[in-house]
Amino acid sequence: MSRRANMLFALVLAPVMSLVFSGSVLAEEAQRWALNMPKGVTPVSNAIYDIHMVIFWICVAIGIGVFAIMFYSMYAHRKSRGAVAANFHENTTAEVVWTVIPALILVVMAIPATSTLLDVYDTSEAEIDVKVTGYQWKWQYEYLGEDVAYMSELTTPESEIYNTAPKSQYYLQEVSEPLVLPVKTKVRFLITAKDVIHSWWVPDFGVKKDAIPGFVNETWTYVEEPGIYRGECAELCGKAHAFMPIVVNVLEKEEYNSWLAEKKAQVAAVRELAKKTFTKEELMVQGEAAYNRSCASCHMGNGEGIAGVFPGLKGSAIATGDINGHLDVVVNGKAGTAMQAFGGQLSEVDLAAIITYERNAWGNDTGDVVQPIDVLKFKQGQ
Amino acid sequence: MAHGPAKGIGRWLFTTNHKDIGTLYLWFSFAMFLLGGFFAMVIRAELFEPGMQIVRPEFFNQMTTMHGLVMVFGAIMPAFVGLANWMIPMMIGAPDMALPRMNNLSFWILPFAFALLASTLFMEGGAPNFGWTFYAPLSTTYAPDTVNYFIFGVHIMGASSIMGSINIIATVLNMRAPGMTLMKMPMFVWTWLITAFLLIAVMPVLAGAVTMMLMDINFGTSFFDAAGGGDPVLFQHVFWFFGHPEVYIIILPAFGVISHIIPTFSRKPLFGYSSMVYATASIAFLSFIVWAHHMFMVGMPIGGELYFMYATMLIAIPTAAKVFNWVSTMFRGSLTFETPMLFAIAFVILFTIGGFTGVMVAIAPSDVQYHDSYFVVAHFHYVMVAGAVFSGTAAVYYWLPKWCGRMYDETMAKLQFWISFIGFNITFFPQHFLGLAGMPRRYADYALQFSDWNMVSSIGAFIYGSSQLLFMFIVIRAIRSGKQLSEPKTWEGAEGLEWTVATPAPYHTFTTPPEVK
Repeated sequence: MSRRANMLFALVLAPVMSLVFSGSVLAEEAQRWALNMPKGVTPVSNAIYDIHMVIFWICVAIGIGVFAIMFYSMYAHRKSRGAVAANFHENTTAEVVWTVIPALILVVMAIPATSTLLDVYDTSEAEIDVKVTGYQWKWQYEYLGEDVAYMSELTTPESEIYNTAPKSQYYLQEVSEPLVLPVKTKVRFLITAKDVIHSWWVPDFGVKKDAIPGFVNETWTYVEEPGIYRGECAELCGKAHAFMPIVVNVLEKEEYNSWLAEKKAQVAAVRELAKKTFTKEELMVQGEAAYNRSCASCHMGNGEGIAGVFPGLKGSAIATGDINGHLDVVVNGKAGTAMQAFGGQLSEVDLAAIITYERNAWGNDTGDVVQPIDVLKFKQGQ
Repeated sequence: MAHGPAKGIGRWLFTTNHKDIGTLYLWFSFAMFLLGGFFAMVIRAELFEPGMQIVRPEFFNQMTTMHGLVMVFGAIMPAFVGLANWMIPMMIGAPDMALPRMNNLSFWILPFAFALLASTLFMEGGAPNFGWTFYAPLSTTYAPDTVNYFIFGVHIMGASSIMGSINIIATVLNMRAPGMTLMKMPMFVWTWLITAFLLIAVMPVLAGAVTMMLMDINFGTSFFDAAGGGDPVLFQHVFWFFGHPEVYIIILPAFGVISHIIPTFSRKPLFGYSSMVYATASIAFLSFIVWAHHMFMVGMPIGGELYFMYATMLIAIPTAAKVFNWVSTMFRGSLTFETPMLFAIAFVILFTIGGFTGVMVAIAPSDVQYHDSYFVVAHFHYVMVAGAVFSGTAAVYYWLPKWCGRMYDETMAKLQFWISFIGFNITFFPQHFLGLAGMPRRYADYALQFSDWNMVSSIGAFIYGSSQLLFMFIVIRAIRSGKQLSEPKTWEGAEGLEWTVATPAPYHTFTTPPEVK
């Protein structure tokens, strides 16, 4: 019923659409003026779509019935047409009928809803487990048992957000590294958060689950077509709630396997890099980039923070004081505040670069250089 | 002996007269409505185009939060308390409210609550920025320090609501005119009686929630902090145990108003009076046992999820009965379409649409796609704005002639209706599409495919917003220079004790109770 349903949907809901779609219908236009939810690419998203359409049409039918009687009365029983009011004010039969019929309709709705819900909750027999962790304001994906984990952050530059550069096609829907999944494979997601509540939503999968600090939620998906799918954080999580998108790249199984192998090699290489000694200049360059990615959303690009909410680093006691104190805050975070523990999120190289950058940027000029090996020692020394 | 009002500002500060206090509530709520509306305009202006143009994301979050809080607690609730103050004593033939001094207190603490809340806009850290539902830990560990002002503001509002409710219950149960049995009470009185019980039941729960927040923030407890053995989801359970009945607290008196206006302009008694009463009571009962349908994504066990889905679907039955009753009242009536009736009909149509989307979001599996999206924003604005606000507007047009003995300008009022109706639908109907296409709510900025409907929605919001300024103009003009009326009945088909007293309603009415047959 889908294509016809969609057309009717458009006709019923928005007659204005006929103007927009007159002439050639561009795919892009259709997406821009989208009216309905996507059917998606998983069995669950398809089932949800079908329930949605069934209930939508039931509502339309009831609506037409009720409003028809109402508009008929408004036309035929107007005083200006000489209508004289009847005096009836109850009718037990009618009242029983319009209590029983809606109850039956609800039962009809509840049956497919129950079976789909049971399906949504069935996380058994998954082939791959991915742990998804929400942070303010990025996602971490960890392939359980594979020793692969990485952060996925928004890459849309500030210049596009603040309108000094033209917006690209995937404005606010592009990330540093997408979640990669194999096609036609049951994947279980273990969803949690490290700070506030987030919610992991990919409309094309029909998957949405809250990421709650201290608790692990489970959900699953089975994607039927390779492709790139985009989603969002759906639970208000602070200032950059709108700026932590989700991108999932679904690959053929072989491609996925080679991606995973490559990823593992990369992880090993980064670990090796932690033993190297960098020059201050190298650390400052890398530090600035990493700072802007991971720190600037709170402490701001100019290191001044936001008064009353996020402390500034420019001239701050931590960024200009004892190095170990600085390491401690960055690696372990600060309990009871929005300052996260970055020790598990970033590589030693990035951590060293960020700390070096923070101790020398914005006129902090301590001259201190922190090497990745220092970070490693600090971590091991705890 | 009966006497007139005191002179000067003292009349308003020290008044114990239900009509004066009703007036205070109504003006206060209208002021809050304009303030909350201004916040909404900031939101829609920012969302006019993708990209950040007017405000920063952190301020945007303060706007969405303050818009919700001010509209729910400052505009809609006090508006209906104002109507209750004005109308309940006149409808049941009582000389005043049962507890007039408490009545004065319950109004006069409200401006302080909102002064506390609004003052945070000018403080370091800014206003509350965690949404009107203030989920922990965003509202505790991660909140600006100003959250404490918000907490005390909520406490004061709660105290005001509880006192107001006690007063309404005491008045309705003790001061009805001889002969007015419970099942002869006007529907507005019935809906308010039930609402008052809801308020007394859930306002302490809200107070408990914010007190636990206060303890978590300042005194080292961990009610909502998993790291200390608490549970962030507990907050949501407590909040929605208040929050779900709260939406019925808002809508039930609106049902009451509509149940007066439709019979008046249909010149026919309300169809199914007793089923209306029972439907209202069932909705109120059901409101206590469905709260977790706001939390389908938190990872409840499947059994809980199914239970809350089924229970929620049941609400459709009494609600549908009400709609059928209103339509049957109109059927074979003798209809005229003065402004209150226009708003009442729009209420029935748009509220029904909000009810349909309500059934849709009740279905737990498909709620996966609706939850926290603009579809939900559209849904609750159809029931809150087209429901509560349209009903409140209808009530003002309907009873204003009785209150001040002057008539509003019917042509301008109809114009105001059409601008509101069209503006409202342009604003909120496209939000269904945005939500279905995947736009989450409370987003300061959005991807490009959402641009067009957002622009349409914003244009609608500016139209709807300006129609409220017109409403203010019409009301003020009517009060100052509207055509004077003297007939007790303004509307041909109006029934009820309030239409038996002189117009304008004297300062004291029913000092001797009327006889109800």
